[in-house]
Amino acid sequence: MLNNAITDLLTKMADDELIMGHRNSEWTGLGPVMEEDIAFSSMAQDKIGHSWALYRIIEENLGGSQADIFAFCRPENEYKCCHLVEYPNAGYDFSLMRHFLFDQAEAVRYESMLESSFEPLQQLSRKVKGELKYHTLHANAWVMQLSKAGEESYDRMQTALNEIIALAAGIFEPGKANEQVLIDAKVYPGEKELYSRWLDRIYPVLVKASLNLPPLESITPAYGGRTGQHTPYLAPLLKEMGEVFNLDTAANW
Amino acid sequence: MYGGGYIFEEPNNRQVREEKVHDEPEKLAAFEDRIARGEKIEPGDWMPAEYRRQLIRLIEQHAHSEIIGALPEGTWITRAPGFKRKLALIAKVQDEIGHGQLLYNAAETLGKTREAMINDLLSGKSKYSNVFNYPAKTWADVTVIGFLIDAAAIVNQVANSKGSYGPYCRALERICYEESFHLKQGHDAFIELATGTPAQREMLQDALNRWWKPIMHFFGPPDKTSQHSEKLMQWKVKMASNDDMRNQFLDMYVPKIWELGLTLPDPLLRKNAETGRWEYSDPDWDEFFRVINGGGPCNEERLQVRKWAEEHGRWVRKALMKPTEKHTLPVA
Repeated sequence: MLNNAITDLLTKMADDELIMGHRNSEWTGLGPVMEEDIAFSSMAQDKIGHSWALYRIIEENLGGSQADIFAFCRPENEYKCCHLVEYPNAGYDFSLMRHFLFDQAEAVRYESMLESSFEPLQQLSRKVKGELKYHTLHANAWVMQLSKAGEESYDRMQTALNEIIALAAGIFEPGKANEQVLIDAKVYPGEKELYSRWLDRIYPVLVKASLNLPPLESITPAYGGRTGQHTPYLAPLLKEMGEVFNLDTAANW
Repeated sequence: MYGGGYIFEEPNNRQVREEKVHDEPEKLAAFEDRIARGEKIEPGDWMPAEYRRQLIRLIEQHAHSEIIGALPEGTWITRAPGFKRKLALIAKVQDEIGHGQLLYNAAETLGKTREAMINDLLSGKSKYSNVFNYPAKTWADVTVIGFLIDAAAIVNQVANSKGSYGPYCRALERICYEESFHLKQGHDAFIELATGTPAQREMLQDALNRWWKPIMHFFGPPDKTSQHSEKLMQWKVKMASNDDMRNQFLDMYVPKIWELGLTLPDPLLRKNAETGRWEYSDPDWDEFFRVINGGGPCNEERLQVRKWAEEHGRWVRKALMKPTEKHTLPVA
């Protein structure tokens, strides 16, 4: 029972990072300045690296399938990523705001697992925490800089925030029965608690950037990803991601 | 200041600093003596205008080749098979963009801004390596590029790193160090296909057949037709002749390809035991010139992608150029 709950938790975390990393990697060669190409490529490597580490914990500690097979060959409805990461990159404004909201959520999640009762997760969290520090530093600096750099830029940031906030709230979709098992076993503190810590984290940055957080009672969080219901954007992404690997899953590539 | 390029102050109209060259024979003689002694020329030093012009052209084209070269491989990042290849490919392509950045910086020390260089790339005035005007059709193409194009680039860059201009040499030393890792990952992925299933081998052979001509073109036209080489070699702007570099590449890599049981689509390709030089069929230099002048399969697409990036990123660069006076520090 507990192992199933942990597998669920790790799967959704890993799927979030794999798909977010995939989207970040799509900026390679296309960034608004070369330095941002490099930054998004670098974060893509970290995200994909984290997902790989999580899939390997599932494989090695929880009796899961081989990490490449699990990551590249599942049917769409077995992916547990949230809708936020599935959306195409659109412009740099959308991508940057998503990066800010997603990485702040990652930061509170991994920090909450520094004392997890599940040892492999505790160890991974220590390693990931150091990397996420730079991701949030990057996101905060750019959100603030662009919000203070004239009308067009400010409007773009505010519009992106308005568009993305409901998707971002979907990161914290309640995990039903499994979640209580994990809370009781002190694996992590649960989604509701993380949501509240996340708001505490993003709010001061938004205030400093003079951005208005839309009233939270007015938004409907984009739930469904954690139970395998996805946006139309995920299926083509997965097809592309597995295009070569699925030519022959038994071959070495 | 950041700059991905593009027209805020019409940088193309800015003049590149010109030295008066004609009436300074003493300075020229001293300059040439320094080079002959193996000294490096640094940004503040006197240099002939033609030296400056040729170096800008060389370094700028090299920088463009890095960022355009990121595109054919970059399109395979999202399709790379498995974690190991995916992570290696992102890191590799990221390095290439980083090399572009280093090289634009080196060229800027000669007085042309990154914006002006990128404008010239987008307008078609400034060229990049012809090899990137061909498509990467399958995963096997990525392994051929990662192994053989990177290998060819290393031959060229190692030679140039011993040149006379300090900032370019130092950038190249770091680039060559990173490229040697790229070559390892390219070789590893190439070997994996070469020793894989029949379908994988077939895919690789097909890619090799398609890439061989662009690879033969890589070092440029034969020495007998190449212009303005002598002065550039004396000034150590150009460090090896096109034919010598091509020969060195063939010497190092053709045996490796043949050892794997793969073939190359040139029945005349052989090493002449007497001369020690490689012989090969004429690799169709008409095509080379046609492609370099815009007639290749991907010229238009490559520039369209760059233009997309420049246009969609313009608001960001504009914002960076007019930040409000209040300076803020990152809070996390």
